[in-house]
Amino acid sequence: MIMSNTTNSEIKTSSLGERSIELNPSELFEFCKNLKESEGYDFLMDICGVDYPDREKRFESVYHFYNSKNKNRLRVKVPVGEGESVPTLIPLWKGANWFEREAFDMFGIHYEGHPYLKRLLTHHEFQGHPLRKDYDADQQQHLSQSLPIHFQDEKPHDPDSNLVPLNLGPSHPATHGTLRVMCELDGEKIARANVEIGYLHRCFEKMAETHPYNQVIPYTDRLNYCSAPLNNVAYCRTVEKLLKVEVPPKAQALRVVLCEFSRVIDHIVCMGAGAVDLGALTGFFHLFTYREMVYGLFEKLCGARLTVALTRVGGMAQDPPEGWYKDALDVCKKIEKGISEFETLLIGSKIFMERTCDVGKITTEEAIQWGYTGPLLRSTGLAQDVRKDEPYYGYDQLDFSIPVGSIGDLYDRYLVRIEEMKQSLKIIRQVLKNIPEGDYTIRDKDIVLPEKKDVYGNIEGLMNHFMLVIHGLRPDPGEVYVPTEGANGELGFYLVSDGSGHPYRLKVRPPCFAIYQSFPSQIQGGLVADVISILGTMNVIAGELDR
Amino acid sequence: MGLDTEDLSKSFALPTRMETFMAWGRKNSLWPMPYGTACCGIELMSVMGPKYDLARFGAEVVRFSPRQADLLLVAGTITEKMAPVIVQIYEQMLEPKYVLSMGACASSGGFYRAYHVLQGVDKILPVDVYVPGCPPTPEAVLDGVMALQKMIEDVRPRPWKERWTRPSFLAGE
Repeated sequence: MIMSNTTNSEIKTSSLGERSIELNPSELFEFCKNLKESEGYDFLMDICGVDYPDREKRFESVYHFYNSKNKNRLRVKVPVGEGESVPTLIPLWKGANWFEREAFDMFGIHYEGHPYLKRLLTHHEFQGHPLRKDYDADQQQHLSQSLPIHFQDEKPHDPDSNLVPLNLGPSHPATHGTLRVMCELDGEKIARANVEIGYLHRCFEKMAETHPYNQVIPYTDRLNYCSAPLNNVAYCRTVEKLLKVEVPPKAQALRVVLCEFSRVIDHIVCMGAGAVDLGALTGFFHLFTYREMVYGLFEKLCGARLTVALTRVGGMAQDPPEGWYKDALDVCKKIEKGISEFETLLIGSKIFMERTCDVGKITTEEAIQWGYTGPLLRSTGLAQDVRKDEPYYGYDQLDFSIPVGSIGDLYDRYLVRIEEMKQSLKIIRQVLKNIPEGDYTIRDKDIVLPEKKDVYGNIEGLMNHFMLVIHGLRPDPGEVYVPTEGANGELGFYLVSDGSGHPYRLKVRPPCFAIYQSFPSQIQGGLVADVISILGTMNVIAGELDR
Repeated sequence: MGLDTEDLSKSFALPTRMETFMAWGRKNSLWPMPYGTACCGIELMSVMGPKYDLARFGAEVVRFSPRQADLLLVAGTITEKMAPVIVQIYEQMLEPKYVLSMGACASSGGFYRAYHVLQGVDKILPVDVYVPGCPPTPEAVLDGVMALQKMIEDVRPRPWKERWTRPSFLAGE
């Protein structure tokens, strides 16, 4: 067990099996340095703030570390008073940058030594810090004017220089939504670059704090809306861990099927839209045919196509209709054919290869520095996947492999995604072949709503329904961090409960947030045309990035 | 009374017919600018995609430049940060121009009654058609486009458009 040098605080293991330690701000940097250099904690997964207005030191800066060798996780909590500051971790992990900026934006926690501690998600005229408990959820503030082109070194563009300023977005076809990229061009080369995010900051975390646990599920749909069921599952797993319940085998199997279908359609959006940006419109039309088929499956399950809210805390919302498993297998077969056609169409194409080979390369070390996870990290050659490393829902019983790339260029990223789709289909087949018998949800009356026939049919069902709706689902006080393998990488939910009917704090660790913050340094020095192709492979989903 | 062409143009109902003719043309050649910001943007891809195919309704020429578009398809949540941008884009569009608000967020803020979300794009833009849903199904969007086409065909008055002024909280021109 590692001990901090200066105080006698030590690592505690909670009843939920999570290890955490509490430190003073002054000890943090040395402790983390030791963690990284001697203890092998190579990943800084997440930094977030929590507000406890009643405590002497009002805020807590919470860090989540991950050791990829022995798969250990550690949570470090640093209480900070108002007006105090915490040392920045950027010298150790470059990826700390945006996470710290976000905590500053949301809570006003000051990170000493941070080079650019400005608002990240809310607009620059915003007053106050919205995730503080005394900020009202619906108190809107208008913005009168967007920021002009700006850079992190805070030097404005010099009109007398030979450099040309270029603004991409937030409404640009290649940014797929609401990203804004600002560059200074020297000929066709990027001399300086910066990004501005937050154009889709929909206050997910504040909404979660003001809604009962089950009502948060539809909000999670809209995080990564390209693969909504994955978010549902990740969130429900988190709440279930806090409640110490395990969902029945049938629900687990169904969740695996949904997760893998989501992964496939997420990769379809990434590759189809990425191909459009490179001029290959056919790929988009071709792949979207298969996405529509999966939508069809979701629609049969619940009536919705995109934002499904299929899971409930404790299991699934309902049983699949008759014949669904067979339909799913048919769709699998069709998608498999479609993928191989797409491969022939695009992957072997000379133009495509010239646009992607050796472009946007990143080494494993650097990727870890930024906090990369998922297909992008695997394309650099590291086979890291939560499904293998910390298996859940019987992933360890399934036969599938983790594809890796070799040099981490854009071409590798496409290849990894294509292979992952094939592996996902393989998983779906295995699971669908023997779906366990039994119930699709647990039947704990304090967690799961009774079935409609009971609500309308007998007094007990009616009362249970009433109690759960009015009183809400109430987990014991505690905190958990649960990682799930999302389509873009590790999707983590950090949940703090105070025993009431809604989450006290719910922080999402969106995979593309860590990836996208490396974007300016990735494109700097490269060609302006590569900006688009690199952005396309990062698969930045604004809903998840800005939340 | 001589019957020369000039008199004919004054006495005959030609201007209306011309208007009808232009309306018919406009109706069938809407060039949408897809302003997809969120989940609705993904569903809008399906609207444009192979199965639902908006091209069948004469609106296939998707333009990402506001100068070339006449229908602003607001698909997704508009945040406070985005508001000045979308107004600027609307102002850059040439007349005649139409706005279709797709989904609950664009129409009213949806279930995001939140500190950074604009409570409906109609707070800042004159919306012609609202399409409900979260997100609306592609069929619903097609129905919305057809409703707009009907509106254009009938040359219906659009007082909301005529009364529209730039929101007062925005700076400058």
